[in-house]
Amino acid sequence: MGTLDTTQTPGTATGVRTPGRASIPDRHLRTDRWWLAPAVTVAVLTAFVIYSTWRAFANSDYYAAPYVSPFYSPCLATNCVPMPAGADVQVFGPWWGISPALLVLIFPLGFRLTCYYYRKAYYRGFWAAPPACAVAEPHPKYSGETRFPLILQNIHRYFFYFAVIFAVILSYDAALGFRNAAGQWGHMGLGTLVLLGNIALIWLYTLSCHSCRHVVGGRLKNFSRHPVRYRMWTWVGKLNERHMALAWASLVSVALADFYVYLVASGTFHDPHLF
Amino acid sequence: MSYRGRFKIWRGDAKGGALQEFVVEVNEGEVVLDIIHRLQATQAPDLAVRWNCKAGKCGSCSAEINGRPRLMCMTRMSVFDESETVTVTPMRTFPVVRDLVTDVSFNYTKAREIPSFVPPPQLGPGEYRMQQEDVGRSQEFRKCIECFLCQNVCHVVRDHEENKTAFAGPRFLMRIAELDMHPLDAAEETGLDRKSTAQDEHGLGYCNITKCCTEVCPEHIKITDNALIPLKERAADRKYDPLVWLGSMIRRRRTD
Repeated sequence: MGTLDTTQTPGTATGVRTPGRASIPDRHLRTDRWWLAPAVTVAVLTAFVIYSTWRAFANSDYYAAPYVSPFYSPCLATNCVPMPAGADVQVFGPWWGISPALLVLIFPLGFRLTCYYYRKAYYRGFWAAPPACAVAEPHPKYSGETRFPLILQNIHRYFFYFAVIFAVILSYDAALGFRNAAGQWGHMGLGTLVLLGNIALIWLYTLSCHSCRHVVGGRLKNFSRHPVRYRMWTWVGKLNERHMALAWASLVSVALADFYVYLVASGTFHDPHLF
Repeated sequence: MSYRGRFKIWRGDAKGGALQEFVVEVNEGEVVLDIIHRLQATQAPDLAVRWNCKAGKCGSCSAEINGRPRLMCMTRMSVFDESETVTVTPMRTFPVVRDLVTDVSFNYTKAREIPSFVPPPQLGPGEYRMQQEDVGRSQEFRKCIECFLCQNVCHVVRDHEENKTAFAGPRFLMRIAELDMHPLDAAEETGLDRKSTAQDEHGLGYCNITKCCTEVCPEHIKITDNALIPLKERAADRKYDPLVWLGSMIRRRRTD
């Protein structure tokens, strides 16, 4: 038996070093690789932000008939490339001179930014509040989501409503993938599978949302009086258990779908026709 | 199979203390609390530790093992490498009394601040009838053994002592959620809006849903997903959603 450290005298520090608490100088005593998850989060989200910023501002190579990049759909400006039967509604006139992606990306961005899972991911990864469980955060003050701007996280449900609209539009885009480049139905290419995989994951992520779970039935006090909503709530609850996995999977799939369209539209890759 | 395990145990009181190193025999099938008891029996008879059931049901032996909040009686020694030094400290969010024992009275203060279940006026004792699907959500929260590991790990109070006044902590926000989801709670009829008060009086807005409470819960209650986030959504209904507000004004929308 031996004393490892000289006896600590409580000082005037705060947090885990607050006077009266067990005087342990270390921020944490964890011996596992607690830093790995936030580090991976930061790396993947940063990579996605860099990639999507480049693609959103690029304003090129986002349509290769019949495929449209999910970053550019719906296309709401007159400077969109023509998309036969596609979701290009020219709401914004010629005065809109920059990328049309910037008109729509705010909605999926807002949905993910206010998402309950992503909040955990970036609060931990980027803001270190906390970096991991029982690892002291570096901030002297903390007010959480009680004040502006973070109190705006409470509007997540509105972004959810927009996310449903976007999922419908992307489903339409995926359906258009069953045409060939000339617009004839009954065809399918590798791009169709890419868009179908993406929209499946987008739907699963959207429907697994905590706000969705609340809207379909979570807000009720008595499920027995609303059997249909109760059933829907249990279904969404099952999806909701996988919300984290679906958040990552759909983030990767949307980037991959866009990249596939970029490769085809730029002529780097020829879309293999299945039939 | 026995081996001599190395341990660092925090010893001291509110005036000060330090990690002390011990070498203790470890036998197959033992948990950390067994080692603490052996330490008391053989080397440190004055070592203070709070424990009771040794079955993960009383919530007494909460501590931090290798920096992670856990129950000592539910932490098997087999999860550690034999060459590893196992560090055991008291919970670091509450004032220490002595050695591994902390003063958890903060939690009892917070418990008293939560308004109790309000009995429905039209029903007498013995007349309560509820459907299973209506009580399923609340029953999950009733599994809580009040070990206060979630209160201990929550960074809102762990890293910010000054927030202890305003923030009830995950265990008691979960209690509000439990009551708000209770099919017979008549709080609203008496003018008590648990949704709004969760935000206004019990500090729900401080929670940034980083899920540490869920990670450490020995009863595996999905505190964040099933209690805190639904409660945040219910508070949003009341305070941040103009459509829900408008609906309630127009046709007295109910949440039954």
